[in-house]
Amino acid sequence: MQDKSSDKSAEKRKIKSAKIMREIMTTYYLDALTAGQNSKQVAWITSGGPVEPLVAMDIIPVYPENHSAMIGASKMGEDLCSKAEDMGYSSDLCSYARADISCSIVKGGPLGGLPKPDMLICCNNICGTVLKWYEIQARLYKVPLFILDTPVCHTQYSPEIAKYVQAQVKEYIIFLEKITKRDFDYDRMVKVGKLAVEAQKLWKKILNTTANKPSPMSAFDAFFFLALIVTLRGTQTAVDFYTKLLEEMEQRIKEDISIIPDEKYRLLWDNLPLWYQLKWLSNKFSDHNACLVADTYTTAWCSALNYTDENDFLNSIAQAYTRIYLNIGIDQMADQVLDMIKFYDVDGFIMHSNRSCKPYSFGQMDIMKIVQEKAKIPVLMIEADMVDPRSFSQSQVETRIDAFMEIIKQRSN
Amino acid sequence: MQEIKIFHAAIKDIPAMALKIKAENKKIIGHLCSYTPEEIIHAAGFHPFRLFSSKSDIVLAENHLQAYCCSLVRGVLEDSLSGKLDFIDGTVFPHTCDSIQRLSDIWRMNKKYGFFADVILPVKLNTDSARTYMIDVLTKFKKEVETAAETKITDDDLNASIKTFNLIRKNLSAIYALQSQKPGIIKGSDLYALVKGSMIMDKNEVADLLPLIADNLEKMDTPETEGKRIVVSGSICDSPDIYTAIEDAGGIVVGDDLCTGQRWFDGEIDEKNTNPVNAIADRLMTRIICPAKHKGTTLRGENIVSLAKENRADGVIFILLKFCDPHAFDYPWLKDFLEKEGIKTMLIEIDDQQQSSGQLSTRFETFIHMI
Ligand code: SF4
Ligand code: SF4
Repeated sequence: MQDKSSDKSAEKRKIKSAKIMREIMTTYYLDALTAGQNSKQVAWITSGGPVEPLVAMDIIPVYPENHSAMIGASKMGEDLCSKAEDMGYSSDLCSYARADISCSIVKGGPLGGLPKPDMLICCNNICGTVLKWYEIQARLYKVPLFILDTPVCHTQYSPEIAKYVQAQVKEYIIFLEKITKRDFDYDRMVKVGKLAVEAQKLWKKILNTTANKPSPMSAFDAFFFLALIVTLRGTQTAVDFYTKLLEEMEQRIKEDISIIPDEKYRLLWDNLPLWYQLKWLSNKFSDHNACLVADTYTTAWCSALNYTDENDFLNSIAQAYTRIYLNIGIDQMADQVLDMIKFYDVDGFIMHSNRSCKPYSFGQMDIMKIVQEKAKIPVLMIEADMVDPRSFSQSQVETRIDAFMEIIKQRSN
Repeated sequence: MQEIKIFHAAIKDIPAMALKIKAENKKIIGHLCSYTPEEIIHAAGFHPFRLFSSKSDIVLAENHLQAYCCSLVRGVLEDSLSGKLDFIDGTVFPHTCDSIQRLSDIWRMNKKYGFFADVILPVKLNTDSARTYMIDVLTKFKKEVETAAETKITDDDLNASIKTFNLIRKNLSAIYALQSQKPGIIKGSDLYALVKGSMIMDKNEVADLLPLIADNLEKMDTPETEGKRIVVSGSICDSPDIYTAIEDAGGIVVGDDLCTGQRWFDGEIDEKNTNPVNAIADRLMTRIICPAKHKGTTLRGENIVSLAKENRADGVIFILLKFCDPHAFDYPWLKDFLEKEGIKTMLIEIDDQQQSSGQLSTRFETFIHMI
């Protein structure tokens, strides 16, 4: 049993905005689930896709990836993934995709399935998986599929790529006009674009607050608070919420409230989280007085900022969405990791080698070497999966984290 | 047939064959995808050369790619790191799947060979803007190759290469058609050697040999041996033993939808097009599609059904490489498409490294008896 005073300090450490965020997400999903009754259209869209034109057209965006993360967090991943396997999908495929594909058929998961889409928007800037996954859903739901093809910028965003993606942004608008049978609202788009940029700027500031020692929040909180920047980007709701969250973080810094009781070590995380083991993992680190201060995953939602022009949003979409974290070469990814290591002043780097996500995980070993050489900090690679717990061995990971933390402790002595 | 033996010899000792090409003062440009614009490489006087894994144990590649990466990608990287590919002078990476995408980065960062190019082709193949982009990318690639070769590729050069490749494609298609008309006329392992050989041997030599083989086959009668007609589908099938195992089990491969098969030689380039780069682009946009590309949501299903029907297939065998996402995503619905037409299917998941077909034999037998 904990004593009263530690109860109190734990209470103090809790992030208050979490409750509001839950309410917002509940409202959002209720809206989405009842869209048909309110004669609103629903678009399913990939997490890296340009959602702003949908918001400008009053179409409700729904994110199967976010839904799959919820499935993982509610520990329903194994069941749904294995159901997909029964349907013939290999267990080696992305567990977000497996969970969503079977959920569409069996209507399982925490929400009993997502609302039926009126259209599908797939941007392949994150992976080739989404292309195949959305083709499957397009056949199942018999709805139109728009693909925004964003060629990989291994070394550069070339003029050919720019021209191609720009042309497709126009095709995207025409597609939306056709499906909604309405003209595109360019004035509204300007406003939505500004809100999207504002939300991303706030998100970046929020993530940056963890450079403070001790850190007012951790990557585990970022994983949770990420949902809004993904799903409600371009709305006033997201801007208002993140304004409050930023205030809370700044207040915490002023009052010296840290997210873990006695932060001694600071770590950086790479790749998607283990949605089904967030709590265990976060306790594990905090037992070692280590705080996961930042991660490459949630940071990806501000990387577009570098190329977004808030005064000419629609025209900057092509570049902003093509040059995101996963759609660049490994060497550029390593540079970004090195920047983060410096900015957040971390003592160690943990890489989740995620069986589900090949574009994120292949190349990690090269990044690891670069980090070891240039930043000279210890790196740990753990093998797991973001949603499917069958590829995760708790005891093994625990032993490895313990050993890794020993090294970090010795180094800091 | 003596000509077929030349193909067998070439694929048996690939480094030796490569050295022969180098002795003619030709630079070898390796690549890993059937969408590689080989004509452009060839027109510059280079030798386009499809990379296959030598199937050595994975040791060095372990330091770059996790075990859940497909065996083709890991195997080829292993060969590169262990020096087995030191005979190549450059590499070209058309964008294929997520695994190849990262292999390209790792390869580039290793800086092993002189020439390196990413040819980031469109994933969509059904829009005008994708076609324009395809042409832009090919034009850019042509310039890169010209710089590397220190030469200018003229339209005549390109047209000549297009002719050679068209000849190869036409003859391989003809040989496949003959096998389908007169099943068993050529052994599966021979067919395999012809396609693989065509991908790595000197193109002029291939263009000379294939018509002779096609002519010979044309003259031959349908063999007495009976067998169930099989179509195979998947990514690469780099194992003659698999073909033999199918035959031993009572099947005959009468058609395929493979990278190491029809997908490589399907569709000819329009020789009348006055713009050869556009002509190359048009073939890439229209040839039989690979699952890493997009052209509507049902095309691959329609393709496999018509392939099976045209070849009067008794069954379709899916041969997929483990950890290959694009193919694994397509398998369940392709199977549905076929089964709706009453065509039976079976799935085998293989590892490019694994060579023994012992276990497979029993499974092939069971399937072939059933159909
Ligand atoms: S987890 Fe990786 S493979 Fe799966 S949808 Fe996301 S980016 Fe694609
Ligand atoms: S076999 Fe599949 S995963 Fe491997 S390189 Fe080919 S398409 Fe990619």
